[in-house]
Amino acid sequence: MNHQTNRRARHLSLLLTLGLFGSASAQGTVKVGVLHSLTGTMSISEITVANAAQLAVDEINAGGGVMGKKIEVVKEDGASDWPTFATKAEKLLTQDKVATVFGGWTSASRKAMLPVFEKNKGLLFYPVQFEGNECSPNIIYTGAQPNQQALPALEWAMSKGYKNIFLLGSDYVYPRTANLILKKHITDMKGKLAGEEYVALGGTEFSSVINKIKAAKPDVIINTLNGDSNVSFFKQYQAAGYSAKTLPVISFSIAEQEAQSIGPALLTGQYATWNYFQSLPNAANKKFVAAYQKKYGANAAITDPMAHAYMDVYLWKAAVEKAKSFDPAAVRKAIVGISVDSPLGKITVDANGSLTQTVYTGMSGAGGQFKVIGQSKGVVAPQPYDALAFPGKTCP
Amino acid sequence: MDPVFLSGQLFTGLSVASLLLLTALGLALSFGLMRVINMAHGEFLMIGGYLTFIAAKVAGPGFLWLAFPLAFVGTALLGALLEAAVIRRLYGRPLDTLLATWGISLILQQAARQIFGSTGVPVTAPDWLNGAVTVHGGALDGLTFPYVRLFVIVLAALVLGGMWLLLSRSRFGMHVRAVNQNREMAAALGVNTRQLDLLVFSLGAGIAGIAGVGLALLSPVNPAVGSAYIVNAFLVVVVGGVGSVLGAGAAALLLGFTTALAEGLTSSSLAQAIMLILVVAFLQWKPRGLIPTRSRALEDA
Repeated sequence: MNHQTNRRARHLSLLLTLGLFGSASAQGTVKVGVLHSLTGTMSISEITVANAAQLAVDEINAGGGVMGKKIEVVKEDGASDWPTFATKAEKLLTQDKVATVFGGWTSASRKAMLPVFEKNKGLLFYPVQFEGNECSPNIIYTGAQPNQQALPALEWAMSKGYKNIFLLGSDYVYPRTANLILKKHITDMKGKLAGEEYVALGGTEFSSVINKIKAAKPDVIINTLNGDSNVSFFKQYQAAGYSAKTLPVISFSIAEQEAQSIGPALLTGQYATWNYFQSLPNAANKKFVAAYQKKYGANAAITDPMAHAYMDVYLWKAAVEKAKSFDPAAVRKAIVGISVDSPLGKITVDANGSLTQTVYTGMSGAGGQFKVIGQSKGVVAPQPYDALAFPGKTCP
Repeated sequence: MDPVFLSGQLFTGLSVASLLLLTALGLALSFGLMRVINMAHGEFLMIGGYLTFIAAKVAGPGFLWLAFPLAFVGTALLGALLEAAVIRRLYGRPLDTLLATWGISLILQQAARQIFGSTGVPVTAPDWLNGAVTVHGGALDGLTFPYVRLFVIVLAALVLGGMWLLLSRSRFGMHVRAVNQNREMAAALGVNTRQLDLLVFSLGAGIAGIAGVGLALLSPVNPAVGSAYIVNAFLVVVVGGVGSVLGAGAAALLLGFTTALAEGLTSSSLAQAIMLILVVAFLQWKPRGLIPTRSRALEDA
């Protein structure tokens, strides 16, 4: 009884000083938010990312939780609509008083959530590769920075002799910024820009684009299309008589899951760069893949953002335990320098809140799996601001 | 402009037009005849796509012979069911049909998500459709016409021709035109308008199913695919003139070539905006569309 009152008093003082997560810790549980598009055009990619985060939470709870508390997930649907992401983030932070949030896929959704996390002093774990050019102390960016996906892909292409490059992307912030950076580096590396084309997000008609590609005669296409547009593009690309042999495509947003829905036959021999492929042979990955497929189906495909989302929960747990606190500011401080053996291999959190991680180039084969055919020399440190595209800008 | 590129874009225009036409024809039918603003039309396309996937699972590489009847009959039956259960109660209230069919479209999307998963399913064109006719030599050396695109163009032409024959040469078509022009008078003269509504709505749904087969060869098959096509389908119907099948055909060609031209001259993302602006301007000039249907019933509507 006395112990109980003592605990209450401690929580009350915690609540008063931090005013953030009092209710979260009151019942021996700690609430975390999982905020992804469970409906709408992005749900194709995001539902499974939410699943992966849930799997990590379940595993951690089965092992006793975090600092003696069970993790309680508050799941919210961003509905592929960026203002909804902001509203739901606000709800998670102010109403549910979650200790942290795992979520977001598109850069548009992240940009919508960013001011909410800064205003409420919350913490967001963002699991997807993105365009960089952003650095918030309230976001842990675990997906690849441009120098951990786009630039290594470009270097790989150049090393294979693909010097005349066509940039194709969806028309929104990620492809535009990524291609801005790529163009600077193409010039810098004495390559040639064959052409650049953007199609509205969700666009399904690629005839004109393929005509332009045909006229531009590039050596390779770097593809930053997002979501379903990839399915249309690759179907129509093959129909126009192209294949990996005649004109290879390096994609940044096609992983195992997308390969399944495109139809692996259409993708055979095409390339993708990521920090993770399902086929990675390390022990942590084998365990992750087995656990995920046990829970979500033996044929479930596993992708880079899913592996990041899964690992993010463990990273957060490690940071909480290091900080001995659920306070977002303390967790943010403690997370720097934390290193874990994850399905992605060994990763470390940099001072700028991004990960030092390995970059892999994969070639798509039968069944939608990627065979790793190249990897960075060791791990690559994250650079949120590209020195050529955004000179002089650094993280605060 | 380079002649090969220009001819390529002309072909693109034709191919875009045939896709537009396939997706819009069924809509033109139900919208034109019954004043039903069918927001679930895109989901009929989606179901056509999923039925194509099922046909491919069952029949293997030569699945198209099965996909067409399966998609047509499947979506037509579903259309009949919806007409009898919901839409029948809403005739004369276009805005209510809009809301109700929008609700239906959400339900159908979610159903697809539950049954097939949100990721979508792979459908790949059969081998005999892989490849292209290539022009060798001359000014157009290197110009290619993919078989799949040619197939969809022929499909659209056949469906348009079939619809035109049905509406202008058959007894059923005469009834449809009669009801379109003056529902009460047609009913007074012995046309069973209830039955006709049911048949026309099912036919519209069935054509969307056929369109779904064509789209599955070129586009994703997933729960959201219908919404990608519904706006353009409505554009075709409005530009063509409400209720006019030939108008829909002409509008699809006009929009297809405009899109291809705008995409060729500018960029794909800008072309969409340009097309919308042109459509708005066009409707200012010809608010009743390219081939307006003249009738007193429509004047009153």
